[in-house]
Amino acid sequence: MTGPDQGATEPTLAVDGLKTHFFTKAGVVKAVDGVSLHVNPGEILGLVGESGSGKSITGFSILGLIDPPGRIVEGSIRYKGRELTTASYEELRSLRGDRIAMIFQDPMMTLNPVLRVDTQMIETVRVHHRVSKAEARERARAALAEVGIPSPESRLKNYPHELSGGMRQRVAIAIAFINKPDLIIADEPTTALDVTIQAQILAEAQALCARTGTAMIWITHDLAVVSSLADRIAVMYAGRVVETGRTADVVNAPRHPYTRGLINSVPSHNARGSRLAQIPGMTPSLMNLPKGCAFRTRCSQAIDACLEAPPIREIGPGREVRCFNPVAVAQSATVEATP
Amino acid sequence: MSGEALVSARGLSKRFVKKPDLAGRIAGHLGAEVREETVHAVDHVDLEIKKGEVVGLVGESGCGKSTLGRMIAGLLTPTEGEVRFKGKLRDALSSAEAHAARLAIQMIFQDPFASLNPRARVESIVGEAPVVHGITTRSGMASYVDDMLRRVGLDPEFKRRYPHQFSGGQRSRIGIARALAVNPEFLVCDEAIAALDVSIQAQIINLFMDLRSEFDLTYLFISHDLGVVQHITDRVVIMYLGRVVEAASTDVLFNGPNHPYAQALLAEVPRISTSKRTFHPIKGEIPSPLDPPSGCHFHPRCPHAFDRCRNEVPVLKEIAPGRISACHLNDG
Repeated sequence: MTGPDQGATEPTLAVDGLKTHFFTKAGVVKAVDGVSLHVNPGEILGLVGESGSGKSITGFSILGLIDPPGRIVEGSIRYKGRELTTASYEELRSLRGDRIAMIFQDPMMTLNPVLRVDTQMIETVRVHHRVSKAEARERARAALAEVGIPSPESRLKNYPHELSGGMRQRVAIAIAFINKPDLIIADEPTTALDVTIQAQILAEAQALCARTGTAMIWITHDLAVVSSLADRIAVMYAGRVVETGRTADVVNAPRHPYTRGLINSVPSHNARGSRLAQIPGMTPSLMNLPKGCAFRTRCSQAIDACLEAPPIREIGPGREVRCFNPVAVAQSATVEATP
Repeated sequence: MSGEALVSARGLSKRFVKKPDLAGRIAGHLGAEVREETVHAVDHVDLEIKKGEVVGLVGESGCGKSTLGRMIAGLLTPTEGEVRFKGKLRDALSSAEAHAARLAIQMIFQDPFASLNPRARVESIVGEAPVVHGITTRSGMASYVDDMLRRVGLDPEFKRRYPHQFSGGQRSRIGIARALAVNPEFLVCDEAIAALDVSIQAQIINLFMDLRSEFDLTYLFISHDLGVVQHITDRVVIMYLGRVVEAASTDVLFNGPNHPYAQALLAEVPRISTSKRTFHPIKGEIPSPLDPPSGCHFHPRCPHAFDRCRNEVPVLKEIAPGRISACHLNDG
């Protein structure tokens, strides 16, 4: 499914002006500071950012997994029109694992080390649906087969430690898909895996979304991974979305200087052996962000206006940029390979 | 680039043996058959690195690339085989020569958090070794450290700080400054940039390249990130389950890998592409090194495998000048 048609369908998830702050002794950490995004049914949204950009906290906020000292202070999260920020614990509980599921970076965060795979999968089904144990077990077996696990019947009897890293992540994905959810939030699920295994997992996830119509938010720091997987991309920097758009548009013609910097610093975009185009400086501390645009101090295009925080502006259909002085289209095309 | 090999390894192997635990020993006494478990981490590997060369060592987890790097750096003793440094057997060096050889080969580690002593100030992390080895004097240490920090792009003002006060990228730079402080000729970088964010990775890669031209350094660059390896190396060695499967110059290899594993690995590299792509992953998982497949280790996952691959270990053969590959298909 390519090209989201906004008007026709209601988005599976719409996040609007979300602010999640952490009230620590040292001060308020604005981990997520005004994030708006949406995903349509069957669509894969790539949420890209470096460590500390707030991409994971955005994912956790959607599922209501923020613990004190963190708190959602503002904004709305609507799942199929239902407001989640004010939902009761029971309401959230009935959604989590059934309608909205999460895949974590470390599958051992999802899997209980002392329970067999079948026990955990049957529980996931039976908590949400009134089905017999045999029926639940059959669904578990089918879910394992669907993510490409060979001989699922015998894998069901394994404990998590008996499986390899790639297998564990597949089991975690199978658990996320088992109740045929409307939305899956995947938080760096392939970062810890080898490239050949990563390619397998990406293939499974892509096929499953296309087959089941599940919407997915794929959180990652790796633009290369989402560029071949996602329909749309949202780039985050210091707690805010700085650029969104269709994958091809963002990758081909990035408009925010940060997005362009990220793409240009990837080795394959530079002539072999040449110096890489690098973004100077380092990610600022969330406690002590520069005034105005948070990227201002590292930006080659900063102007006086950047001392004010730029609002996010629509620059095309479904294409938004948070920048006063965006990269011009002509020069935004990825750097020419200088000898 | 001169033709002389700076470091060469012949038939290098490392086996890790797990002794049976108490329960296993008791079972053994009672007559049960309990065998020691042996991991062939590195299995008869030859490697030659010329002066001034940057060699990339690539493979997936468990292929033995780190173990090989550590043996070459002298941190692990090989079970079998020999390492030569500037043509001399490392085991046969006199103690003064061995000392010099150890200083000349330095290692940069993956985890910038675990490889720095959390209770030492940057000043002593970087400055201790050169003082001990007489490269600088205790009174000259402060200015020597300043100089080292400036070289890796850190502000010398920071030298009184502890590692936890730095970001990941800065810690990497401290690790690099520590290695440079003893004037090495050869750096073994074990996944030195894997833990860093993309924008910081680019900075550190640039630093490695600047240092190379400034100090005429030789690198063994161990990484699973093929994009980075393609960018900075002259030659690439690909390992699978403890054995080298292919080695060639970077351009040649990335233009057309010969070994089926190298082909699969290169095809899986995620690249920034403009269109959605369909993935055609190679099947199966990396087998356990405790119980590697017979014959060619890659045959259970190889699309071209035939009978001979199951029975006979393919030898590394030169298939073009400077290019070796271990695959039976090349005989056909």
